Amino acid sequence: MTVATAVATADNAHAGDSHGEHTHYTTTGLEHRKIAIWAFIGSECMLFASLISTYLVYKGRSKIGPMPHEFSCKVSNVVAQTAEGVAALGCAAGDVMKPILDIPVTSQSTFVLLMSSLAMVLALEGVENHGKPGYDRWYKGSKFWLGMTALMGATFLGYQSYEFTSFVHEGLTITTNLFGSSFFTLTGFHGAHVTVGVLWLLTLLAIDMKRGLKGRNDVLVVDICALYWHFVDVVWIAIFTLIYLIQ
Amino acid sequence: MSDQNTQAAHAHAADHKEHPTWKQYKWVAFWLTLITAVEVWVYYTPFKDSSLFAPTLLVMSAVKFTIVVAYYMHIKYDHWIFKRLFLIGLTMAGGTLMALLFLFGKLKIGG
Repeated sequence: MTVATAVATADNAHAGDSHGEHTHYTTTGLEHRKIAIWAFIGSECMLFASLISTYLVYKGRSKIGPMPHEFSCKVSNVVAQTAEGVAALGCAAGDVMKPILDIPVTSQSTFVLLMSSLAMVLALEGVENHGKPGYDRWYKGSKFWLGMTALMGATFLGYQSYEFTSFVHEGLTITTNLFGSSFFTLTGFHGAHVTVGVLWLLTLLAIDMKRGLKGRNDVLVVDICALYWHFVDVVWIAIFTLIYLIQ
Repeated sequence: MSDQNTQAAHAHAADHKEHPTWKQYKWVAFWLTLITAVEVWVYYTPFKDSSLFAPTLLVMSAVKFTIVVAYYMHIKYDHWIFKRLFLIGLTMAGGTLMALLFLFGKLKIGG
């Protein structure tokens, strides 16, 4: 949206508050819902920092396996970087537990979440340019991209469910050790945020299907959802590096 | 009321620069994918055992974080108040994280 268009749209929106456009400005001249979402995102940074700190503080302090990056023994609880290392410490072959984190699978889910952020900005662009020439094509419209974002979010949740299930099958639950407790709490909180985001996106998609998302107020509503979604993405960027890749 | 609204609209618009285009968004996605691919590739190389492995990954992660916040969240193009609100939270979060890591001996000054 160009600045000139924004001014014109804003003036029209204010003049047309009686037509269902509800824009609420603070004394700063900024929309209060947008200020609120940024304040919320700032506070969410602190929430996830505390969860990540907890994981990092407890890292390497588990007394029993499975471990994130190391081989361990079910019986003697010895830990080593290789299977041979654990065997050399007297662990029978059948008792060796592999490192539990599955980097290839998590890399795929990370890629899906990154691409969902691209889909989200394209959905916002579709809403901002609703009705303009070139944006009437299905692949440039907000419905398609909102649907794609929700689908990719759901795919990410599918990957997470697969990961959690396989961990439980391999003997790691939230009560097994410090790694399990901090890992499931951190990634579970993130997954809950993704779930909320997917529900939010599906709600917007339903509104778009019913009456179409257009006008200044709808742009703002989608923008707020987009900010939340991108925040969930940046949190995962940090989690992927700190928890999965760095040993 | 009308004057106040018009003034607000002008202030609002004046604080917005043009958002990136489709093409730019795709380039951003390309760089994010490329950095992620490099991160994962590095994980499977002998560089994993180097002392520079963790700092390198942290830098790449920080670059990805900044790109998403600047371009996808439009913080580069939005009003300074939004930027400050986010940075206040982020700074407090980073400070808390570092403080806890020092407090519990995960990080040590001079070693």
